[in-house]
Amino acid sequence: MQDSFSYFFNQLISGISLGFVYGLIAIGYTMVYGIVGMINFAHGEIFMIGAFVALIAFFIMDAIGIGWVPVAIVAMLLLSMVINAAYGWTLERVAYRPLRGSTRLAPLITAIGMSIFLQNYVQLLQGARPRPLRPLIPGGIELWTVKTPDNTDYTVQISYMELMIIVITVVLMAAFTYVITRTPLGRAQRACEQDQKMAALLGINVNGTIAATFVLAAVLAAVAGLIYTLRYGSIDFFIGFLAGVKAFTAAVLGGIGSLPGAMLGGVLIGLIETFFAGYAERGSEYKDVAVFMVLVVVLIFRPTGLLGKPDIEKV
Amino acid sequence: MSRPLLEVEHLTIRFGGLVAVNDVSFAAQDRQITAVIGPNGAGKTTVFNCLTGFYKPTVGRMRLLHAATGREFLLERMEGFRIAAEAHVARTFQNIRLFPKMTVLENLIVAQHNTLMRASGYTVLGLFGYRGYKRAEAAAIDRAKYWLDRTGLTERADDAAEGLPYGGQRRLEIARAMCTEPVMLCLDEPAAGLNPRESEELNALLRFIRDEHEIGVLLIEHDMSVVMEISDHIIVLDYGKKIADGTPAEIRNDPAVIRAYLGEPEEAA
Repeated sequence: MQDSFSYFFNQLISGISLGFVYGLIAIGYTMVYGIVGMINFAHGEIFMIGAFVALIAFFIMDAIGIGWVPVAIVAMLLLSMVINAAYGWTLERVAYRPLRGSTRLAPLITAIGMSIFLQNYVQLLQGARPRPLRPLIPGGIELWTVKTPDNTDYTVQISYMELMIIVITVVLMAAFTYVITRTPLGRAQRACEQDQKMAALLGINVNGTIAATFVLAAVLAAVAGLIYTLRYGSIDFFIGFLAGVKAFTAAVLGGIGSLPGAMLGGVLIGLIETFFAGYAERGSEYKDVAVFMVLVVVLIFRPTGLLGKPDIEKV
Repeated sequence: MSRPLLEVEHLTIRFGGLVAVNDVSFAAQDRQITAVIGPNGAGKTTVFNCLTGFYKPTVGRMRLLHAATGREFLLERMEGFRIAAEAHVARTFQNIRLFPKMTVLENLIVAQHNTLMRASGYTVLGLFGYRGYKRAEAAAIDRAKYWLDRTGLTERADDAAEGLPYGGQRRLEIARAMCTEPVMLCLDEPAAGLNPRESEELNALLRFIRDEHEIGVLLIEHDMSVVMEISDHIIVLDYGKKIADGTPAEIRNDPAVIRAYLGEPEEAA
């Protein structure tokens, strides 16, 4: 048995980096919900497409002989962000905008339809088998070494991969927070969230702002997709489903509509999942159950989520 | 007389079988306060909703002229947000519609969205600290401060808009509308719920806007002390039809108007 703190530490880092992936996707759910009041169930698929584009980008870089990892990763990041932005924009334009102003159920149904469509589309183009990627970032920073009872050394380390995930996410979140709080686009988004008609009366292009929101959500999902590809080294057309549902859970757990809530929810879900898998008996088989159990409990005691504010009826 | 700022011709709005506005024509001038009055349900707000793109008129034309550039806009053909962004028509609401969760200052900055959006290269350049954007942002804040000062809200600039008292919210709505740099400002019952002192301040503010900023103000109001005191021109609607059009003195003595207001001259006066 390893030193219990070292084991805990490994789980913690791994839980946080997984949580960041969920958090990045969850922000997309929560942001779109905030501005148009619908759950974009195809968002998990946008994430999955981001993962595929990242993979394809790597193969292209490899094929043209640019195998140097930092360059390859930057290229993967940029390409998946750009392509995903296009997917996000198209999704909104084709599937949601025509239905704006119709019943609340209609965009929900097209969202599910788009989700199924995108899964099958990727399955057709990329095949149903998982696509592997060799580990691009081996090694890590060795922190300390402990003796295991059978007298071998066990080294606790933060892998460079996890470090990179944490750095990318933190930088991205800082940039994103800046966009929302300080830029004209962010202000327009918050204005549309609070009163779309009034925003239009001040000359804000509401449709354009909503489209920009979908694009931002898709870009964050692309980053999550890239991270997922690097972390797991294998992706298939179906990864968007479970990751999407968990990220949605994270958004609800943190309080849907709240951006810090989405990130908090994501990290909590990541930690719960990792710790349950790491500590509970047969935990890794039931880790998803643990995640959704926590959601149920939170919703019973705090229906608006952890950071969500209750809707106060206007008088 | 120069060509009017706004010409409304044969405006008719039907909702199914209901004719909310029936063949109404009027004009509003630059540098004048034009009041639209009439009993409840006369169609005043419907006219406003048409002017600002909420409704499309069934029949009619609404022509807005930018005197400075000579550009003409046919409002009935424009998408809602373009009426504000390009034709520069601003409005306020009977029931206040601020962005309650934003600060007072942010409410005024967001009203300058289009200027800032262009200056920041649609946000992208702004992210890289582009100088033109910094300047535009500083100018936007200056304009906001100017209106905060005018409306006596400077002290509350960083409070959430929902925290303002009622009168403050009303003034903020007008300040926000002015931050869009309108050529025509449409005010839907700005004096509703104000006490006499606040209503006096409102009169002063509206006169200031007309005289110093030289724009046209279109005003729906029930409070006759406001209407008679500050209007240059009054249009009276009743059951969707225009029944009178003239100066306050003419309207005061118009028999049709007196009849519409329940035959009580005191009401109209």
